[in-house]
Amino acid sequence: MSETTATIIFALVVLLGAVSAAAVLTWFERRLLGIWQDRYGPNRLGPLGIFQVLADMLKLLTKHDWVPPFSDRVVFVFAPTALVVAMMMGFAVVPFSETLYIIDIDIGLLFFLGMTSLAVYAVLLGGLASNNKYALLGGLRSAAQMVSYEVFMGLSLMGVVMLTGSFSLQAIVLAQVDGWYCFSQILGLYVFLIAGIAESHRLPFDLPEAEHELTAGFHTEYSGMKFAMFMLGEYLGLILISCMITTLFFGGWLGPDWLPGLFWFSLKTFFFICFFILLRAAIPRPRYDQLMSLGWKVLLPITLLNLVITGALALSLQGAS
Amino acid sequence: MMESLFYMAGFVAFTATVLSLSRTNATHALIYLIISLLAVAVMFYLMGAPFAAALEIVVYAGAIMVLFVFVIMMLNLGQAGEQRERQWLAPRIWIVPTLLALILLVEMALAITQISGTTSGVEVTPKEVGLTLFGPYLLAVEIASMLLLAGLVGAYHLGRRSIDRSRQS
Repeated sequence: MSETTATIIFALVVLLGAVSAAAVLTWFERRLLGIWQDRYGPNRLGPLGIFQVLADMLKLLTKHDWVPPFSDRVVFVFAPTALVVAMMMGFAVVPFSETLYIIDIDIGLLFFLGMTSLAVYAVLLGGLASNNKYALLGGLRSAAQMVSYEVFMGLSLMGVVMLTGSFSLQAIVLAQVDGWYCFSQILGLYVFLIAGIAESHRLPFDLPEAEHELTAGFHTEYSGMKFAMFMLGEYLGLILISCMITTLFFGGWLGPDWLPGLFWFSLKTFFFICFFILLRAAIPRPRYDQLMSLGWKVLLPITLLNLVITGALALSLQGAS
Repeated sequence: MMESLFYMAGFVAFTATVLSLSRTNATHALIYLIISLLAVAVMFYLMGAPFAAALEIVVYAGAIMVLFVFVIMMLNLGQAGEQRERQWLAPRIWIVPTLLALILLVEMALAITQISGTTSGVEVTPKEVGLTLFGPYLLAVEIASMLLLAGLVGAYHLGRRSIDRSRQS
């Protein structure tokens, strides 16, 4: 029974950690973008401006919690909650170190894919329930974008699964002792990286929001805490994707012995979070048809090629040994 | 413990399905259907079929139902749709489906009394599913893939024709 209690406590710690990390990221992202664009960013409150997070939180919490009268009330409130819940569930299978994980199931990777595919509903239903044409357009875009990129995301990971022979994330990490998959699965990594950004609909692939064309896309009608939930979900998605890239392609918690696995895991994850933020500053948003044709005409052939090559190599290596 | 969890998931699945049938708002009905699918996934997992559970979420809840919601969004039914749905759900319409469902219920009750245990108690790993699919059931997999290919070719054909038309005009 004590093991169950320990797992529950650890799960709560992970949830709290993820939410606070997401909160700090809102400030960190603006600071980093500021440095990148040769300006300061929020640097007034506290050391380096970190208390900006608290100020933002207070502002969002005290805002009037308004539900538009023309919206579908229940679905309108349900949508942002669904996003946060789906993203947090995704953290359940992430192996933070050799011993630190909530659950290590046989279908860990599929569970992660399932949770990201459920996150689509939040954007979709948010756009639909708002009863606003900008929101509806944003929701429609996100449905096509996320369903398409889910395909490439799943397929790009199959090479990793083939080499490991398991969907369990802990087994995938342990299989990378001899060499990280970022070398042997370079094509898979490339596609997963792009699909990951598209799935968490962040810039440059934030077409569901696209403030130039759609005001704020699917969350045009959202304000206060419900808007904050959408933002929280987006940052949780960013952290989750970074965790997954670390786990699947960069050896997870593996690293030199003189520091614990958790440290190496956090370091690699932090690196990818910074990478995603800087990507935002570096690349402009593509047009919607460009995004879709990139997916189906470039990424899909690459993943299929990767699958064929990996399968052939895995078979021949198996035959040789 | 496992058994009570299973019955709880079953209760959720049943309630959600009934609600999804009786809702007049298409969006609400779809959300209940998604919940029902998720509950079925939990049931699969508890019965020792984690792979089937994952597929239930990824394929049914995560992809097929998204397309349903997509269509609802495109149609944008609104109040008029709800009104029409209410007309369609008149009590008289329920008689025949209820009778048919009752027959199935009696049959199932008889069938359940013949079986001893609820589950096989053995967990089916993804590996075993794969070996079975690409072993004895290889032909079925190939036929399904042909069907998908036919769908793909059809979609390509439809899409191409509309592009040609827009060029002509």
